[in-house]
Amino acid sequence: MSVDLKSAVLELIRRSSTSLHPSWERAIADAAGKEDKDSSAGTVFSTILENIKLARDKSAPICQDTGSLTFYVDYPAGGRESNYTNAIIDAVIDATGKQYLRPNAVDSITGKNTEDNTGVNAPVFYYHQWDKNEVRIRFMQKGGGSENCGAQYRIPDSRIGAGRDLKGVRKVVIDAAQQAQGQGCAPGIFGVAIGGDRASCAKFAKEQLFRKYGERSSDPELAKLEKQLLDDINSLGIGPMGFGGKTSALEVFIASQHRHPATYYVSIAYLCWANRNGTLTINGDKVTYD
Amino acid sequence: MIKKITTPISLDTVKGLKAGDRVLLTGRIVTARDAAHKLMIEKKPDFVREYLKESVIYHCGPVVSKDSAGKWHFVSAGPTTSSREEPYEADVIQEYTVRGVIGKGGMGAKTSAGLQKTGAVYLHAVGGAGALIAECVKNVETVLMYEELGSPEAFWVIDVVDFPLVVTMDAHGASLHAEVLKNSEAKAKKLLESIR
Repeated sequence: MSVDLKSAVLELIRRSSTSLHPSWERAIADAAGKEDKDSSAGTVFSTILENIKLARDKSAPICQDTGSLTFYVDYPAGGRESNYTNAIIDAVIDATGKQYLRPNAVDSITGKNTEDNTGVNAPVFYYHQWDKNEVRIRFMQKGGGSENCGAQYRIPDSRIGAGRDLKGVRKVVIDAAQQAQGQGCAPGIFGVAIGGDRASCAKFAKEQLFRKYGERSSDPELAKLEKQLLDDINSLGIGPMGFGGKTSALEVFIASQHRHPATYYVSIAYLCWANRNGTLTINGDKVTYD
Repeated sequence: MIKKITTPISLDTVKGLKAGDRVLLTGRIVTARDAAHKLMIEKKPDFVREYLKESVIYHCGPVVSKDSAGKWHFVSAGPTTSSREEPYEADVIQEYTVRGVIGKGGMGAKTSAGLQKTGAVYLHAVGGAGALIAECVKNVETVLMYEELGSPEAFWVIDVVDFPLVVTMDAHGASLHAEVLKNSEAKAKKLLESIR
């Protein structure tokens, strides 16, 4: 491959960190349109939109919490994982030096920050070999405040009165939104996964956050529940930053996987409005970013 | 109406602020987050005293750059979630006579009581607006405990001009967060009961 992988990944990180995807800028503009301009909620949305523009113009991080970093790499069968790992780690270190990323990797035992965003499982890598000739690297930055608003429920849940069906799923997601309030930088994006074991459920929920504004599930039942939950969460009146307002969630994305007969997990990955992720595709000499 | 306030902040100014007021803050303030709060409670260090007296703590771990002359600059500097400092904040406010705390997401009953006791307010910045807020930081005066705590957790002493904020908890016990929580709780309860 003649493309310089490290430079391509560095550009992926720069774009993700400093330039919000147009799909999510539109989501925020839509939410802003529903609020009175002079209200607290209206002011928050104006500030957010102004900040998005400024960050893009200055190539500065939209938010100073540039998050924990996850790379999902799909590569042609037979390739070497280490080629990708090495290039990505080099790009991450460079991106930290260039202030596209804040140093966010802290040793859990000593409390010491490595200052370059690398460490044990930092960044996180998920590899997948596929039969295509192209390489796809999906990158997600997720802020700590929003990560703290995530949850995993084991249903039935008697506190909420949630049983083992989609009505129960609806109830626990409403509960998670209520618990989150504005803490994770509302309006948030909710990635929801049903089924699987605890680990796969949490991972699957997070992966839903790659979907774009307005992208409904291909399953009609889940698509219906997504729209229902968006209305439910927005009816709580939490609003941007928890100041009160009409939009508490920008999107709800749900996916389902098979489960063991004895288990029924629902994972919720909460993402702040600053949805910073991006996809890099390399096909021969052609490099594209989305 | 937007109120302009400048540090050091007098007790009278603080008492004149009400939850819901919009504020533009100017003057010297200090960033402090998790490790800094733990330190201020466990060791009560004196080196931050002169910077914090009648000034403002900012819950923020900035992205910073250093120029060729060795001077620091803020690149992106929005607020971090304040609730993590709930166990410490009231005591920090009292120990160092702090007049304001900037963050996001609001704080709880213990901090609210502390704000009333010492005379201070909680000021909410727009979470995620890192690039915009960095523009308000005109000068980085110094950084304390940089080596020990690392860049996001260090005490950054900065001069801000017209930092846009909303008072969400005042010195009289009012909290916009408690109000939104109460209202949304009632709505969520009703909604959950309606799903059968």
